[in-house]
Amino acid sequence: MIDYALAAPEIFMTAAICVVLIVDVFLRQEKRWITYTLSMFALVGAAVVSLLFGTDSVATTFSGSYVADPAGNALKLFAYVIVALVFLYSRDYLERNGLYKGEFFVLGLFGLLGLMILVSGNNLLVLYLGLELQALSLYALVAFNRDSAAAAESAMKYFVLGSIASGMLLYGISILYGIAGTIELGPLAAALTEPGGLTVPAIVGLAFVIVGVAFKFGAVPFHMWIPDVYQGAPTPIALYVGSAPKIAAFALAWRVLVEGLGPLHVDWQGMLVILCVLSLVLGNFLAIVQTNFKRMLGYSTISHVGFILMGFIAGTENGVRDAMFYTIVYVLMATAAFGMIILLSRRGFEAESLDDFKGLNQRSPWFAFVMLLIMFSMTGVPPLVGFYAKLVVLQSVIEAGLVWLAALGVVAAVVGAFYYLRIVWYMYFAEAKDSSPLVAATDLRTAISVNGLSLLALGLFPGYLLNLCASVLG
Amino acid sequence: MVTTVLFYAFAAILLVAALGVITARNPVHSVLFLVFAFLQSAVLWLLLEAEFLAITLVVVYVGAVMVLFLFVVMMLNINVEELRSGFTRYLPLGIGVALVVVIEIANVIWFRSEGQAFVTPTPHAADYSNTKELGGVLYTEHVFALEIAAMLLLLAIVAAITLTMRTRHRPGLKVQDVPAQVAVRAEDRIRVVKVGPVKE
Repeated sequence: MIDYALAAPEIFMTAAICVVLIVDVFLRQEKRWITYTLSMFALVGAAVVSLLFGTDSVATTFSGSYVADPAGNALKLFAYVIVALVFLYSRDYLERNGLYKGEFFVLGLFGLLGLMILVSGNNLLVLYLGLELQALSLYALVAFNRDSAAAAESAMKYFVLGSIASGMLLYGISILYGIAGTIELGPLAAALTEPGGLTVPAIVGLAFVIVGVAFKFGAVPFHMWIPDVYQGAPTPIALYVGSAPKIAAFALAWRVLVEGLGPLHVDWQGMLVILCVLSLVLGNFLAIVQTNFKRMLGYSTISHVGFILMGFIAGTENGVRDAMFYTIVYVLMATAAFGMIILLSRRGFEAESLDDFKGLNQRSPWFAFVMLLIMFSMTGVPPLVGFYAKLVVLQSVIEAGLVWLAALGVVAAVVGAFYYLRIVWYMYFAEAKDSSPLVAATDLRTAISVNGLSLLALGLFPGYLLNLCASVLG
Repeated sequence: MVTTVLFYAFAAILLVAALGVITARNPVHSVLFLVFAFLQSAVLWLLLEAEFLAITLVVVYVGAVMVLFLFVVMMLNINVEELRSGFTRYLPLGIGVALVVVIEIANVIWFRSEGQAFVTPTPHAADYSNTKELGGVLYTEHVFALEIAAMLLLLAIVAAITLTMRTRHRPGLKVQDVPAQVAVRAEDRIRVVKVGPVKE
C-alpha cells in the first residue's frame, strides 16, 4: 500500500507551487510582494511538514521509488533555508532591475521540488525525472532576463550541454537496467554483487552515469557551462544556480554511486580521481587570471567540486559524511559570496568586477569584515568552517591510502589562497574607486551578516554539524 | 496465415511510404508520406497485440505532431533545392551509417539467435487488454514517476510562457482590448440624431 505521509514534503511543495502560480496571475506589479511572501510561507510550511513527518528510520513507499530517511530530510531542510536566503537576497536586486516577476519565485520553487525528488529518489527513473525538473527550471531562470544577450547565450550553452549530459545519463541508466533488470537502487546493488555478473558492460554503463553526475557538479572536463552561466546570468540567478543545485548534485552522486553502484566502487573511484585532479588543477589556475568576480567564483566552484569528490573517492561511510559536510559548507559560502555582489550592486550597476571590491573597508567596515570571513572560509583559514571542511575530506582520502591526492589538494588550496586573499587585499589596502556608502534594505544586510557569521560560528564548533551529518547518514 | 499475409502487405507499403518521405520533391508530400508510414506501422503494432502503442501512434504522432509539422513546413517555405544540394556529398557517410545498422541488426537476428528456435509468442485471450495492463502498471507501480512527469509538463508551460510572453502596456501602443470590444453596446457606436424639419 502507498504511504503518502512519507512523501508529505513533496506533496505540500507541489500544492504550494500551484497556489503561488495561480495567485500570482491575479496580482498587479505593485502587489508582487504577495508572491514573495507566499513563496516564503511555502518554504516555512515545507520545513514544518518535513519536521512533522520526518522519520528516524529508512522507509520506502510508491513501490520502492521513494525513500524517506533522516539524511534526505536533513538535506531538504537545508535546501529550504538556502532557497529562502536566495529569495531574500534577490528581491531587492530584482526590484531595482525590473525583473521582479512572479515567475522567478515559481521557477525557483519548481527547482526546489526537483531537488527534493532527487534527494528522496530511490530508483533511477525518479532520480532522472527529479534531475530534469530541476535542470529545466534552471535553464528558464538563466534566460530570465530576456533583454540581456549574455544571459540568452549562457542559457543556450547551459541548455545544449545539459541536454547532452542528461542523454548520457539516460543511456548509462538504460545499460544498467539491461544488466540488472531493475532500476531500483537496492536491488541494482544486489544484482551487481552477484558473482559472474556482467562487469564490463556495467562499467560502460557506469561511465555514462558518471558523465551525468560530473556535469551536474561541474567537474572538469564537464565544467564548461559553469563560468559562462555564472557570468551571463543575472546575479540572483547565478546565486540560485551556484547554491541549491550543489545539494542536488551531492544527493545524485550519493544515491546513484554509493547506494546503487556501491559494488562498483573500485571502478568509479578511478574515474572520480581523474575528475578530482583535473578540477583541482584547472579550477584553481584559471580562477587566478579572472578579473570578473562572478567568473572567478565559477572557477572556484570547480575547484571546490574537486574537494567534494574526494569524500566520494574514499567511498567509506566517513567519506560520504565528509562530502556532505563539505557540500553544506560550500553552499553556505557560495550563497554569502553572491549575496555580497547583490549588496554592492546598484540600479543598472553590477558590482561583478574585482575592482569593485577595492576600498570596501572605507565604505563599510562591517561588510568588508563579513566578506573577509567569506573569503577566509573559502581559502580554508582556521577557525572558519571552510578549514574544517577541507581538513575532513583530506583526512578521508588519506585514510583511503591516497596520500598523493591529499598532497595535491593542499597544493591546490594554497594556489586558491592567492585569488581569495587578493580580494581581501583589495578591500583593505586599495583605494576605493567610488566612496559612496552602501545602500541596501535592512533584511538583506541582516541576512548577509548572519550568513557570514554562521561560517565563523560553525568553524568554532565544527563538531556539531559534522556529528549531525554522521548521525543522519548513519 | 492471415496475419502473415497482412504483415507482409503492410510492411511493404510501409517501406514504399518511407522511401516516399526521402524522395518526394515537395516537402508537403514528404510529410504526408510520413503520416502514411506511421499509419502502416500502427497496423504492424496491432498485429503484435500492442494496441495501446498503435492508438498512441495514431493519436499523438499522426493527430498532433504531424499536423504541427505540416504547419511548420507550410509556414517556413523551405527551399528544397538548397536542402538537396548536399545529398550526394553526404551519400558515402549515409551509406556507411546504414551499413553499420544493417550489420548490427543482422548480428542480433542471425548470429546471436543461431541454434535457438524462434518461439512464436502465444497469443493472448480475446478479453486481454494491453491498455488496461499498461494503465495498471503506470498508475500503481510508477505513479510517483507519472506525477513528476505531470509537474515537468506544468513547468515546461510556465517556462515557455516566461520566456516568450511580453506584456504590452507601453503608452501609445495600439492593442486590442477584447473585454471592451465584447462589452460594447449599440449606443456607444451609433448616435441617433434627430434632425428637425428644414425650412426651404
